[in-house]
Amino acid sequence: MGEAQLRFDNPEAAGERDETQLIARVQSGASELFYELVRPYQRRVYAAALAILRNDADAEDVAQDALLKALANIRQFRAESRFSTWLIQIAVNESLMFRRRRRAVVMESIEGRDDEANPYVPKDFADWREIPSEALERKQVRQRLAEALDQLDRKYREVFVLRDVEHLNIQETAQALGISTGSVKTRLLRARLMLRDLLSAGWEHGWFSRAPFEKGSNPW
Amino acid sequence: MVVNCEEVWREVSNYIDGDVDPSLRQAFEDHLRACKRCTAVLDGTRNVIRLYGDERFVELPAGFSQRLQLKLRSQAARSKTRFTMGWSTWALATAAAMVFFGVLWIVRPTNPPLPEKSALAKPGKNIPPELLVAVSGNSRVFHLPECGLIQGKKDLRTMKAREALHEGLAPCVQCLRQYLSRMQSGRHPRQEDLSDVEEVEKKLPEDERVEPRASSLQE
Repeated sequence: MGEAQLRFDNPEAAGERDETQLIARVQSGASELFYELVRPYQRRVYAAALAILRNDADAEDVAQDALLKALANIRQFRAESRFSTWLIQIAVNESLMFRRRRRAVVMESIEGRDDEANPYVPKDFADWREIPSEALERKQVRQRLAEALDQLDRKYREVFVLRDVEHLNIQETAQALGISTGSVKTRLLRARLMLRDLLSAGWEHGWFSRAPFEKGSNPW
Repeated sequence: MVVNCEEVWREVSNYIDGDVDPSLRQAFEDHLRACKRCTAVLDGTRNVIRLYGDERFVELPAGFSQRLQLKLRSQAARSKTRFTMGWSTWALATAAAMVFFGVLWIVRPTNPPLPEKSALAKPGKNIPPELLVAVSGNSRVFHLPECGLIQGKKDLRTMKAREALHEGLAPCVQCLRQYLSRMQSGRHPRQEDLSDVEEVEKKLPEDERVEPRASSLQE
């Protein structure tokens, strides 16, 4: 099968092959190609650091350090895991170490309320329509999502970000955070339901409507 | 199997992830068809996952990529410098070793001592180096020319004692021992005594005239 045909039939497989070739070249010493390799994952690496550190400047420093560390250790990467997962695990480790060093933990309870054992009861039962993805083009929507995420206790936020923002699977999330898969599932359920309740208010206030501007602020 | 609302809320996350067994899934879906509240919970949760899972949710700080590229270039340059330094260090060490061994080769002794030809061939003590001695053919022993124990006199060659010693030849225990003992006792070393040797020699059949061991004259 020709290269063009492969790209037409299965662009994802072609992309993975490109990435595999790029990894091999960087591992062989072509470090100048590393940025091209990690460019698609910058946001995810930064998001992982931000979820743990909750500070833009710290998250940027740690995310970039994590990527530099990935470059320095690129020969240790084995194709047993996805490259993106490997990068994110490095970012999570670096972020956890950074937080430990800064002792920011004193500002926030390690475990939050011990409410994992109690089932979470949804508080809002409004009928959500499917929110159009274009809503994310608006800064206000992204900000509301970030604020809601920020209201979660740390243990729920970290699991939610790794699983639903970073798209790690349950096992990978458990491994990255050093907790059991059972804990991941329990925390994930609570995080998803809490976020749903937190965002329901926004749904009712039209945050996610198609109207790009608030009332009275039309630019024309 | 029948599930109630609480059970649906407890399993909604696993249901979305496809992590429930088929019988629970069926019961779950039967319940959802009849329950608007649980349907709202399920739809809302799916929206949450979809919104946060969209890569547009995370916005990189302005200039993040440029700063990252600068750092990567800087690190790559440092790595290459380390590699170059490592390579040049090895090259320098190799060159230094070559110079060292080259100098050793140049200043090596130009006239090294010849290897010993015999384990017994160690210099005899007190033999005058300029003493004229005789060696027969391939024999390993040198004699005074008048020694009666010399074999194969046709191939006889003469040389100085120091040359014989230098070639690794051993002194004859007979003639040279007598010579040295006479020299030590103050008598003239080259005298009559050798006639005794000749007498003995004459009495021996040709095939019994073996070359004596030189060990007694060695140090």
